This record gives sequence, structure tokens and C-alpha cells, in this order.
Amino acid sequence: MNDQNGDKVNIAGSLRNTLMISLIGGALVLAVILYLVVRTYAAQIAQSTQDRILSASVTSILDAAAIRNEALSVELPYSAFSILSTQADDRFFYAIHQDGRFLSGYEHMVFTETPNGQMKFYAGRYDGSDLRIATGSRRLVGANGQTTLTVSVAQGQQSLAGVLNRISRNAGLLGFGFFALMTLLSLWLTYATIAPLTRLAASVQRRGPEDLRPVAAPVPAEMAPLVGSLNSFMRRLAHSLDQSEEFIAEAAHRVRTPLATVRSYAETTLQRVDKLENRQALRAMVRAIDESSRAAGQLLDHAMITFRADHLRRSKLDLAEVTGDLIRAMRPLADMKDVDLDLSATQQVWIEGDAILLQNALRNLVDNALKYAPAESVIQIIVSDDPANIRVQDSGPGFPQDEIPDLSTRFTRGSNAAETIGSGLGLTIAQDVAVAHGGTLILTNRKEGGACATLSF
Amino acid sequence: MRNIILLIFLAAANLVQAQDWEDRKLFGPSNAQQVLRVLSSTDVVYLDTVLSDFVRTVDGAQIEYLVTGTADINDIIRKDPDAYDVVISSAMDLQVKLTNDGFAKPLRTIERPDWMQWRQSLFGFSAEPAAIVVNTAAFKDLGLPRTRQELISLFRAEPDLFRDKIATYDIRRSGLGYFFATQDARASETFWRFTEVIGNLGTRLYCCSGEMITAVAKGDVLVAYNVLGSYAATQALADPRIQVIVPEDFATTMMRTIFVTRNTSRPKLAESFVAHLLEAAESREPVDRLQLPPLESEAGRELQKVVPLEPSLMIYLDRLSRKAFTLEWESAIIQ
Ligand SMILES: Nc1ncnc2c1ncn2[C@@H]1O[C@H](COP(=O)(O)OP(=O)(O)OP(=O)(O)O)[C@@H](O)[C@H]1O
Ligand SMILES: [Mg+2]
Repeated sequence: MNDQNGDKVNIAGSLRNTLMISLIGGALVLAVILYLVVRTYAAQIAQSTQDRILSASVTSILDAAAIRNEALSVELPYSAFSILSTQADDRFFYAIHQDGRFLSGYEHMVFTETPNGQMKFYAGRYDGSDLRIATGSRRLVGANGQTTLTVSVAQGQQSLAGVLNRISRNAGLLGFGFFALMTLLSLWLTYATIAPLTRLAASVQRRGPEDLRPVAAPVPAEMAPLVGSLNSFMRRLAHSLDQSEEFIAEAAHRVRTPLATVRSYAETTLQRVDKLENRQALRAMVRAIDESSRAAGQLLDHAMITFRADHLRRSKLDLAEVTGDLIRAMRPLADMKDVDLDLSATQQVWIEGDAILLQNALRNLVDNALKYAPAESVIQIIVSDDPANIRVQDSGPGFPQDEIPDLSTRFTRGSNAAETIGSGLGLTIAQDVAVAHGGTLILTNRKEGGACATLSF
Repeated sequence: MRNIILLIFLAAANLVQAQDWEDRKLFGPSNAQQVLRVLSSTDVVYLDTVLSDFVRTVDGAQIEYLVTGTADINDIIRKDPDAYDVVISSAMDLQVKLTNDGFAKPLRTIERPDWMQWRQSLFGFSAEPAAIVVNTAAFKDLGLPRTRQELISLFRAEPDLFRDKIATYDIRRSGLGYFFATQDARASETFWRFTEVIGNLGTRLYCCSGEMITAVAKGDVLVAYNVLGSYAATQALADPRIQVIVPEDFATTMMRTIFVTRNTSRPKLAESFVAHLLEAAESREPVDRLQLPPLESEAGRELQKVVPLEPSLMIYLDRLSRKAFTLEWESAIIQ
């Protein structure tokens, strides 16, 4: 049998892997996006909070400015600085300019022009600290014309960085939690999706070769077409298998019966015909009918064997018993040729196999021995164990030595077979049966003369 | 040639020495491997035991303790920040600004609550209220006022007794006086009213706590307002002519603060010195204690109203603010 090749399935990809990779991959991408969005958003909020505080500080200083006695007076409100206190004790700097001229605060701060009433925010760096700077200005009108006051307040970002770190950590945890949850969900989802497929495959795999019942267990809608096709395929297969077996038996019967009728007519006619040429023609006719009948029988047997070998139904058998049954059935045939069938089966020999096939193989071997060995001889049939085997020996001329390798080929007859009726399928059948049971057919010639055919399992 | 170089060298050395310190004292062995240069506005007497203790516990360490005024300290550090290892000053605002400007080094091993430290670099170690010092004899019959309100009532009741007999800091000349005044103004509305009242009575303005205390003791003035309590208390122990009152409505209380300079060449020694000083300041044992009023527990702090170490203190250093505040103060006190 070539089951090995038949079971080989062409595999491209895996549903489970595809599903799992796309689900988990998707979860990962989503988790990263979630992390980035939360972080960016939080960072913006944190920055805008700092900006608002800086802006409040700048505004409160600007608002404190007044022109008194034609001179600019600014008394910085305490709150302008106190709101700048942070958890991380960030340092801060400030500068007050009047019309671009430095007035008070930190002189190293660069003057930045800002339109009246607007607030500018920008980043800066001083003495190893990252700074966020807010600048605003206000126009004051006095008796001597107008003047513009510009206030810049800069604050370190250490506290903000701390907040951002905390947020990042939380966002990271959130992303990771989401990912872990999605991964679990993906695993479950993949399992749930694949499970019906796995169940179906397992249930089909568990069946014996002859179990061709339709799949009855419920399956998901998407699998319905596949299971439907499978069921109808199996139904057709079962149907055609049943039909084949019946057909073979029927065919043998149908061919043999009319041939037997024709043969009996030909023989009757032979009795009545005297003319030599007519008698010869009739004899040739009878022989041709015999050949056809034999060929038809052997062909159908061979078909039957091929069929049964494909669906081998094994059962525990005693080889000695199987052989005994067959010899008993063949004894009348042997008696007609005065041939003694000598069965030697001293012990039970158990094998797993199909009795019908084994008897068929054995019948062909005994048949050959009867056909090619002389009358009044003895045919030995020996059943023995380790390994289980049946030997059929005769004392005839033996196989034509140089043709032995070819004799088991289909329709091949030996050079010694010219006189006998046959189709050249007997040894083929025996060999096919042996191979179906995992054994061999060995043909040898005996030293003391005669053929020896061994079915070994 | 060599002589000239030597001469220049000596001149340069002289220049460095040219700084005249109010006081200069060495602690520890003269052959020490490491010398810790401490720049301070606090008189040696107050820290004597702590400094001696420190050089005794640490092998091979010497402390050079240099005393000068708070404004001076600020200038010196800004000009020559690497020449000193530790800075102690009673001017909280200046100290905060020095720290904000990056002159202080964060000390990671020292843990103190928020209000006692700033940027993990500047640490407070004493709580010293602004007190009222009165002449004992003059107040014998009047009874001691406990709050500013009572003092105002007293002034109103006896204007002739107190005319030209009230002293306070001239905030234009004294950093500490300016600091106390601004904190008072922030803490209570009473301050301006009080200032106007004493302005009306003709107040005498002084540069320092010591002079005010002496004046009260002599009877030149009868009341001195906003005198550094720790100094006054020390004086009052030895001089029965004066009495110290810490007002009960609120007492502006400043902290002396300490920091290690950013580029000190002896960071470990400096840090352990700060730790030692802070521990001594908080010690319950009178023997180990600083000769300064310690920072009290939370409950005590509530009453004392210690000015917390915050960057907002810098506001009073602003030129414009100072100008505006001084103008207002002048118009109230000089009439
Ligand atoms: N016992 C035997 N002694 C001598 N020759 C044999 C023997 N058995 C088989 N042969 C040779 O082997 C050939 C093939 O045998 P096989 O049984 O396959 O064909 P067949 O006997 O000719 O025809 P059939 O299909 O009717 O059996 C025979 O034609 C014969 O030449
Ligand atoms: Mg045959």
C-alpha cells in the first residue's frame, strides 16, 4: 500500500499562527499607540499647566506696575513668586525690561520682544537646567507718553520631568496591562476559533477505514460547506464501494454462466460431429471458452483482491485453520488427478488478516501445483511459525529457473505453461495478498526437484 | 628678578588677606590634611562647641571659621565661589538667591522636611524670632505688652513718654531689618498701622540689633521693635535693665541657613559638617546643643511662624520691589 504518500498533506501556513500573530501583533501596536497617545497628551497637559502658572506670574507682575509721579513703579506681588514653588524645588529666574532696557531681576536673561497683551512661551537652558520661559508685556500710558514693560519668568523643568516620568510609568503600565489582557484574549479567541476544526479533524482521524458515516456533531456555520462536502463525498464513496463489491461478484457470475452454457453446447455438438476438421474446430472452441472463463474468473478475483487489499479488514486468524479449510475444499479436485494433498500444520499460527484473501492466494498456489505437477504425486502444504508462513511444494518440473523474477508479473506465464489453460494472474494474486498483509511471496525450486512457493508474513 | 616675583606674590597674598573679617578662628590641629573654610555671619560664640566637637570627631580636619556680614557674604560668594566650602548666614533671602543661582551643592544624604530645606542644598538650623526689647524700669508701672495691639494702645495712651524713645531697624541700611519688615507686612495689616504710629512718635532708626539693645539698656530709648531675639535673650540674661518680649499675636521668625558651595574641594567633609551641625541644632541634650534657639516641632512652629525656605523670598531682593517697599515705609515712618 502507498499510504505514506497518500497521508502526506501539502502545508502552507497555519490558521492558528496567523490568527495569533495578527491578534497579538495588533494588540502590541494598539498598546504602543495607547502609551504614546496617553503620554503625549499628559505631557501637553503638564506643560500647559506649567505655562499657565508662568503666565499667571508674569501677568501678576505686569498688573502690579503703575506710573506714579511720572515714574514707573513695580512692587512685585508675593504671589508672583510663591506660585512658582514646586515639588522638586525648581529654580527660577526673571527679568523686567522697560522699553527693552533692563530694569530688574536677572540681567543674563535675554530680552524678548512680545506684542502687547500677548504671552510667549519658549524653552531655554541656563547653568545645566532646562527652563521654560514665559514673556509678556504691557503698555503703560503716563503724562510723558507711553512706555512698554516686558516681564520674563523662567522656571526649571525638574518637577515637570518628575511628573512626566510618573505619567510615562503609568502610561507604560496601562499599555502593558492592555497588551497582556489582549494577549490572553487572543489566546482564548484563537483557541475558541480553532477548536471546532481540531475537533472535526480528531473525530475524522479516530474513525476506522471502513467507517464512512457522515459527520453528525454540530459545527460552526463557516465550516458547514466543508463538512457538507466531506459528508457527501463519504456517502458517494461508501456507495461506490458497496457497488464495486457487488458488481465484481455479479460480473463473475454473469460472465461464467453464459460461457458454461456455450461450452456445454460445444461439447454436445462435438459428440455429434464426425468430420475431423469440424471436431478440431470445436475442440479449439472449447479450449478458447475455457481460457476465457479462466481469464474472466482470475481477472475478477484479481479485482476483488485489489479492492479488499485497499480496505483490508483484519481479524485474528489461525493460519493452520484457514489452510485446513481450503485443503479440505480442494481435495475432490486433487483426487480427480490422483494427487495427494499432504497438509502439515502442527501448531496454531496466529496472524491478523483477511481469510478470504489468504485462501484465495493459497488456492492459486495449490492450483498451480496441481496444474504443473504430474499425476499421482504428492503436494506438500506446510504451515509454520516464526515468521508465519505457508509453503506449497510439488514434485513437478519446477519453475523455469531464469524466469522466476518475472513470473509474479501480471499476465506473465512461464515457458512450461503452453499446454495448460491459464491467464498468468495466479502468482500475481498470491503476491498481492502477501504484500497487503505486509509479507512476501518467494518462489524457489527444490533441490530434489519440484517447485516451492512460500507465502511469508 | 626673583625678589620682584616674591614681592608680587606676597602682595597678592596680602590682597587675599586684605578682606577684614569681623572675626577669624581656627579649630582643630594646625597640621591637619584638610581645612574646611566656613564663611559665616554668626558670631563664633554661638557655634563654638559644635565646631570643636566636629574637629574632635573627624581625624585630620581643621575648620577655618570666618565671620562677616550677610551682604558681605553674598558679595564674596558671587565673586569667589570656590574659595569657601561652607556658607552660614542669617539672611534667608540672600541664601535662597545664592542657591537659586547655582552656588550651592545638593546634599543627597541629608533628609529634612520641605520647610526646612530648599533644593536639598540649603538647610535651616535655628529659629530666631524678631522680638520687642523694653527698658525694665520704664515699664515697671505700665505692665508688659504682649501683642503689637497692646503696644500700640500703650503708645497712644502715653505719647509723651514714648516720643523719640522708640527704636527700630533702618531698613535702608540693614538687610535683616528689611527682611523682618517685609515679613511683618506680609503677615499682618497691623504692620503699617504700627509703623505709622511709631513714625508719628518719632522713631529712631538703627543699623543693628546690638546698638538697639544697648540703647534700651541705657534708657536712650524705651522700646526697640524687631530686634533679633536670640541676641537680645543672651544680653537680657546678663543685663536686668532690659526685658525681651516675643509678641504673642505673631512673631516673625527667621532661620539661620547653611549650604555647601557647589565646587568645594572637600565635598565629603563639608557634607558631614552640615549633618553634624543640623544634628547638634536638633539635639535634645543641652550640652551638645547649639547656643541658638533650635527649630521646634510642628506645634511650636505654628506659633512661631518660621518663614519657610522658599524661592519666593527672592521677591524682597528685587530692586523695584525694594524701592517701592522702602518708599512706602519711608512715608510711614519719617514724618
Ligand atoms: N508449480 C509449478 N510448477 C512449474 N511451473 C509453475 C508452477 N506454478 C507456476 N508455474 C509457472 O508460472 C507461470 C505463472 O503462473 P500463474 O499461476 O501466475 O499463471 P497460470 O497458472 O499460467 O495461469 P492462471 O492465472 O490460470 O493460474 C505459469 O504459467 C507456469 O509457467
Ligand atoms: Mg496458475
